Parts: sequence; structure tokens; C-alpha cells
Amino acid sequence: MRSAIHLASAALALAALSFSAVPTAVAADTPDPVADAKAFQKFFTEKFPKLKLEDFVNGPYSMNEDLHRQWEEKEQFPPYEFSVDMGKEMFSKPFKNGKSYADCFPNQGIGIRQNYPYFDNKEGKVITLELALNRCREANGEPAFSYVKDEMAALTAYMAFTSRGKPFDIKIPDDPRALEAYQNGKRYFYTRRGQLNFSCATCHVQSPGERIRAEVLAPALGILNAMPIYRSEWSGMGTISRRFTTCNSQIRGVPLNPQDDEYRDLEYYLSYVSNGLPISGPGARP
Amino acid sequence: MRTSLLSLTSVLLIAGAPSVLAAGSEADFKAAYAAAEAANKEAGTLRNQWTVTAAALAAAKKAADKGDFDQAIASSKEAEALAKTSIFQATSEKEAWKALEIR
Amino acid sequence: MASTIRVRATLSGETTEVQALIQHPMDSGFVKDAKGEIIPPHFIQQLTFEYDGKSVFVADWGGGVSKDPYVKFSFKGGKKGDDLKISWVDNKGATDTTTAKIQ
Repeated sequence: MRSAIHLASAALALAALSFSAVPTAVAADTPDPVADAKAFQKFFTEKFPKLKLEDFVNGPYSMNEDLHRQWEEKEQFPPYEFSVDMGKEMFSKPFKNGKSYADCFPNQGIGIRQNYPYFDNKEGKVITLELALNRCREANGEPAFSYVKDEMAALTAYMAFTSRGKPFDIKIPDDPRALEAYQNGKRYFYTRRGQLNFSCATCHVQSPGERIRAEVLAPALGILNAMPIYRSEWSGMGTISRRFTTCNSQIRGVPLNPQDDEYRDLEYYLSYVSNGLPISGPGARP
Repeated sequence: MRTSLLSLTSVLLIAGAPSVLAAGSEADFKAAYAAAEAANKEAGTLRNQWTVTAAALAAAKKAADKGDFDQAIASSKEAEALAKTSIFQATSEKEAWKALEIR
Repeated sequence: MASTIRVRATLSGETTEVQALIQHPMDSGFVKDAKGEIIPPHFIQQLTFEYDGKSVFVADWGGGVSKDPYVKFSFKGGKKGDDLKISWVDNKGATDTTTAKIQ
């Protein structure tokens, strides 16, 4: 098993070496997110010419016909319904001090998920939806939720549900700190880590539609649009934080803490390059 | 660069057996463990620790608790090698990541 | 209390297609919690769909069925507007039942 994984990663690395253009002197370090997003979307639409842009938000289900059929059936009675209901109930229930989540968010928190993460100019950092929810709780005297358990998953599932169909609309203000956060996220995405020496790109840029063990890999384009996801593997709903941390440990890297800067920046980058694609959350996955 | 990292990783993945040592003492173990811990700590500052490093450190501690210092030293040395590879990975990836970027 | 059973029954020609999603932990009794203690078995043992006084689908389940089970099946002989009764019993003796109209 181990040597098989090693061989797989070696093959992927060699493929990367032969696949990518010869690394000439890399262009100036000032990131150009607009150009990045264009190149990113072009890469995937050319790789999968039969797919429409919005199909990418369905991840593995757009990569495999058999899976797609199963998914269509599942969408008639989605397994995430219970979590969305729970999320709605939680969202509507006031805090002990009488205030509620609606007071913390624009438009009462309805139909705004596609604007997250955003760059906070005062704090100089990226704010994700999960982080904003916990800050709302703490500002109103409530304990924070774990970022990787059911409650946060249910809340973000409900909020994603109210934004279904709305295109991702992530903004990068003209602020060097925002550009730096964006660049950090991009760098994280492409950096190899863990004993298996995989980067996010190894699976989601180089091998979408192919299998890792029994799973069909999703393309990186649109990969956050369906979050949070009800994963059969988890028998439950899981947040973006849960997915980032478990991905790390699966490649034998010690995960960082949920909502550490690296993860926030990563979410910022991945969301931005999927601007224009519709929110499809919450989703279901194998 | 990348090929040598992979071959080093492959040595670590495939070869599990510790090298033959003269009977190790507790002092030898403590020194080996400290070295491994220090390397893993440095990997931590680079935000790139490996789960298998932690596992090797735990195995070393467990063996030492049982008085099996030979095994404890072997596990410590494995942990140190893994930690050093993770440092190498983090350092070389600072530039190497750009080769994977979609342009 | 809200029902744990969501069901949709649709008639197409002579065949009624039934889909149901049932909220239940379906603990097998083999999984340990974070403290290392076994989570006791808690699963649906029998699930029954009745139409016109007769069982059209009966499932005898054990701990091998996953949480929040989804069931889909078809039967001949339903009529639009008729009732379909669904009920389950679990190993703790708890039950739930609901009735849906065939659409």
C-alpha cells in the first residue's frame, strides 16, 4: 500500500515536471488575481470541454456519468435536509441576550454566503463565514462552536442554502495586505506537504476525474461552491474547516488549527478563482 | 530537487528497519529524542509537521517507558529523519510551488 | 415533534415509486466514542410500508445500515390520492409512523 502511494505521488510529481512549462524567471511577485482567475477557469473548461461552467460546482458528479446518475436521484431526497432544517432552527433562535445571528450580518444573514470570505480592512485579515459566525456568538455572550462539528456545519448549511444559485462574488480590495492574503492562499494551494508530498493541486488540478483509492477527485474550480457538504464517509455534514484539516492529515501532514491564517487565505483564493460560479451548497458527496 | 526529495522519502517509506546499534543507554535515548523533538519543532515553525513524525516520537517514548532503549533510540532517529525531511520539503517548496501554478 | 420520516410516493402508469429518508442514528454498536467507550447499538430493526392494509415493503435491518437511511422502491397497484403508511421500530423499542398520499 505504502509503496503504491509513493509510486502514485512520484508519478504525479514526474507528470508535474513534464507537464508544466519550463520554470523560466517567474513574473514579478505582484499577484494579478484577475489574470489568475481567468487562467484558472480556462484551464478547467479546456480540460473538460463538455461541461458548462456551472457544472464544476458538482465536483465528482460532473466527472463521472454513473456518479452523476446517482447524484440526480439523491438530489430528490438529499441527505443534507435534516442539517439544513437544524441550521434554520439554530439561526432563528435568539441568543440569551435577546439578539440573534441576523443582527450580525448584512441582509439579516439571508442570501449572503456568496460574499464570503471577504477582506477586513480594519483587521487586515480575511474573514470567512465560519469565523464570522463564531465571532457573532462570542460578541453576544455565547460560546464559540467547534469549527469541525455538526453545529457549525448546520449553520453554514442553512446560510449556503439561502444563497443557492447566486454566483460567488469575492472581492479583493486594492490593498497590499489583501493581495498578500490572496497570494498566501494561492501559495498554500500549490505547495506540497505531508509525507505523501501532495499539494491541493496534485489531486484537484492534475487529477480531477481520476481516482484516489475508491474516490473520484473533484476539480479545484468550483470546489468550495457546494460547501458545507454531507459526506457519506462522515455520515454527516462537514464544514470547510473540517475538509481542510482532514485533507491535511490524509496526506500525513499535521493539520493546522481550523481558521488559522493559512486556511482563511486558502479559502479566500479558492473562492475568488471560482467567482461567477453559482453557490450549490449545501452539497452531498460520497 | 524534487526527484531527490522523492527518493529520500521513498527510502523512509520503504525501509522501516532501524540500523544495528550497540546496546543503547537511557542517556543515548534522551539525546536522540531531544534531537528529534528539536527538528520537529523547527518543522512546526515552518507549519509543516508530518503525522508520521509524531507517531515515531510517540513510539520512541513508549519503548523508552518499557526500558527498550535500543528501540527507543531507533524510533527517535527515525523521527528525526522524518522531521528533517519535512523541513527540507517546506524549504524547497518555497520556490518549487510555482512550477505547479496554473498560468 | 416533527416526523423522522420524509416520504414521497409517485404514481407513474401502474407503478408507484416510493422514496423515503429516515432520520435515525443507526449506531451499529461497534463504534467507540472519543473516550474509547462503545456507543451502544441503536438502529431500526424493522421498517414497513403498507398500502391498502397490506405490506408492500418490509425491511429487516441491523447495524450495518448507515445513519439517516434512504430507501427507494416501486410497487404495482397504487392509486393517486391513496394512503401509504410507513412505520419503523428500533432496537430500543422506539417507533415512528407517518402517512403519505400517493401523488
